[in-house]
Amino acid sequence: MPVVTSSKTAPIYDVIVVGSGAGGGQTAYTCTMEGAKVLMIEAGRNYDPVRETPMFQINGQAPLRGKRTEDKEFGFFDATVNGGWQVPDEPYTSASRDPKRQFMWWRARMLGGRTNHWGRISLRNGPYDFKPQSRDGLGFDWPISYEDVAPYYDKVEMLIGVFGSNEGLENTPDSPPGVLLPAPKARAGELLAQQRGRKLGLHVVPIHRAVLSVRQDPARLPPKLHPNNPKAQRILAEAMRQRMACFWATECSRGCSTKANYQSTTVHLPPALATGNLDILPDAMVRQINVDAQGKATGVTYIDKTTGEERVARARVVVLAASAGESVRILLNSKSARFPLGLGNGNGKVGKYLMDSVGAGLAGQIPAFENLPLHNEDGAGGAHVYIPWWLYREQHAGKLDFARGYHVEFRTGRHMPGVGSGSAPESLTRGTYGQKFKEDARRYYGTTLRFIGRGEMIPNDDCYCDLDPMVKDKWGIPVLRFHWKWSEHETRQAAHMQRTFAALIGAMGGNVTEKIEPSGADAIEPAGKIIHEVGGAIMGSKANASVTNQWGQTWDVKNVFVADGGTFASNADKNPTLTIMALAWRASDYLLDEMRKGNL
Amino acid sequence: MSTQKSCGDGRIDRRTAIKWMLAAASATALMEQVSFGATSEQVGLGKEAVGYGTDPDLLKIYQAGDLWPLTLTGAQRATTVVLCDLIIPADDKGPKASSVGVPDFVDEWISAPYLGHARDRTVIARGLAWLDDESRRRFGAEFIHLRENQQTAICDDLCDRPTARPEFQTAAQFFARFRFLVASGYYTTREGMSDIGYRGNVPLAAFDGPPKEVLERLGLA
Repeated sequence: MPVVTSSKTAPIYDVIVVGSGAGGGQTAYTCTMEGAKVLMIEAGRNYDPVRETPMFQINGQAPLRGKRTEDKEFGFFDATVNGGWQVPDEPYTSASRDPKRQFMWWRARMLGGRTNHWGRISLRNGPYDFKPQSRDGLGFDWPISYEDVAPYYDKVEMLIGVFGSNEGLENTPDSPPGVLLPAPKARAGELLAQQRGRKLGLHVVPIHRAVLSVRQDPARLPPKLHPNNPKAQRILAEAMRQRMACFWATECSRGCSTKANYQSTTVHLPPALATGNLDILPDAMVRQINVDAQGKATGVTYIDKTTGEERVARARVVVLAASAGESVRILLNSKSARFPLGLGNGNGKVGKYLMDSVGAGLAGQIPAFENLPLHNEDGAGGAHVYIPWWLYREQHAGKLDFARGYHVEFRTGRHMPGVGSGSAPESLTRGTYGQKFKEDARRYYGTTLRFIGRGEMIPNDDCYCDLDPMVKDKWGIPVLRFHWKWSEHETRQAAHMQRTFAALIGAMGGNVTEKIEPSGADAIEPAGKIIHEVGGAIMGSKANASVTNQWGQTWDVKNVFVADGGTFASNADKNPTLTIMALAWRASDYLLDEMRKGNL
Repeated sequence: MSTQKSCGDGRIDRRTAIKWMLAAASATALMEQVSFGATSEQVGLGKEAVGYGTDPDLLKIYQAGDLWPLTLTGAQRATTVVLCDLIIPADDKGPKASSVGVPDFVDEWISAPYLGHARDRTVIARGLAWLDDESRRRFGAEFIHLRENQQTAICDDLCDRPTARPEFQTAAQFFARFRFLVASGYYTTREGMSDIGYRGNVPLAAFDGPPKEVLERLGLA
């Protein structure tokens, strides 16, 4: 079974999965490996990273030397297809004209969605992160604890391949032995930050990223992931044999034709397709979930984008994994006599508690890096280290003026040159040109770095999305309207980030080259810009205060599930993708079990 | 995309070029406003050109002029070549800028239909014209016909914005932007990447971290 067109779909499936990214990919993988017949519906085009990834291309071969444009917001070679902050024909709106109260929504219209270009940073939520309200009284507890999710973190890490190390740090969980792949060696700048950060109390440790630092073991892992399922073991072993180890070149954001990093299209979908149980329908925009007179979902109505026709697909279970925002939109648009406010929205909670990560950054120039002996530090196409949040105790004791933590990411070093390379700050070069300019370019190349913080945002009543009462997309589907307001917990945290980064740049003997904003409200990145969009269909233990239960199953319709970031009840500083996958696997196990029992 | 090519080299016909230059000259943002954020009117200058869209072929090797017409006139291009090589001459580590296609890149950049590029087109076109005016005023000939020491005499007055005299501030902003584009164009070529000391983009069996001499230099050995 394969990629299909709308006229080739089966009359009915066990499961319809809407979306093909981290949540959709994991759901399709788990369900098809266990024998369920799945239709995956993707709003974008089919995409094959093996054929389409620009490995080794240099910026000199790209239009405008690879510089970002409105068509390719993250640069020409970024893997995103037909996506960005704006998608043609598919608008969204903001309730406020104030830029600080707007939300930027990144979408990718391609098979695999945002997993194709993401940073591959794969951090586990810790025990505190599932029970934040119990710890400080703010936000919401999840209906599950770290112990409930830990086995699924283990499984996902083994499946997708995550490098990293176990450091035994607070609320920064270790993985069991044999789960993580070896962490790559740190680069020169990363080591200097590690040495100098110590006196500031910062622990620079190996980051966890979904990149194969060595090949996976196709004999050992499949039996652990699929006990008592020889067919799944065989298929997974073969899929693992198709993946190469990282060859330490090419940015991960381009995707990877040798499947050395995780993206849904190279890791989840090939084995799922190999089961024979998966149909993938690209270029299909889901309008709504259909329900019968008993209030049970029967499938979805979608627009075939290639013909513009509206069509229906049927299944026993519908799983939304279209991204937090898009899944919310589908729920709100699924209006019926029985559910006049939209599906799952009997309590008005759909769209509420939308979250992103707090982001702020600061750049510096480090004289110690000038004229270093030439060496190759491409590495694993992204960071090798990071700084986990280090002030849990101080924060819990009330010594900080914001409630939740952040981690620090950074890249130092001698990247492939792009637009801007060779132009050292004029304050250093005093405007040279000619031979001296070339010498300056060599001297200052690779001497700048930028620290960025990724922090926890606490859900609040002012951050949500609903349907715009006027605006519709090209197919007449009402679009999302975003409402936003940061609280001081976020803006103060952003200010703290910049102060930390200034201290660290100073400790490295460097000079800050970017403005330190006096106000956290100016230091903080615009909402949505970090692309850690979660919430809007949050899970909870009570039907009156949440949209789904701990399995992502909507309280109102038991055969509808949400398997993307929408169910997050909090947004820890840990990047959400790994948790999305762990929860999707967990939800799929439950869903399959309920189907076997005849409950769905 | 537009196919207003007069010949196979990707350059537009003279009529279109003149139309664009007139439009550029009437644009509200003059050289004094070298800041980010173009107005929609400026962006409209590039109506004939369209971008590569949201799903371009990432594997193709692109040449300047493949996607939108280039717009430098012959005279502007001649000045650009000379100025490119004054900024990045050949030395033992790398070739001069004009020998690796940097003037084409400058042309591609200022001709692009994306936000901000129309402003750069105005800045560069006016800067190049100013260079000739200044060259005639000081030395009685256009910039490309001056001796190198005459050319550098002018560039020396422009190259450092903070210390440039008030009457050269506008031209100094042009020079800074031009130098930025020349460096961007040069150091993204294979020759430029080698020149600046980039040693990556090669497949490795293992990543061994920094060599010992690097660690020693940083006090990390």
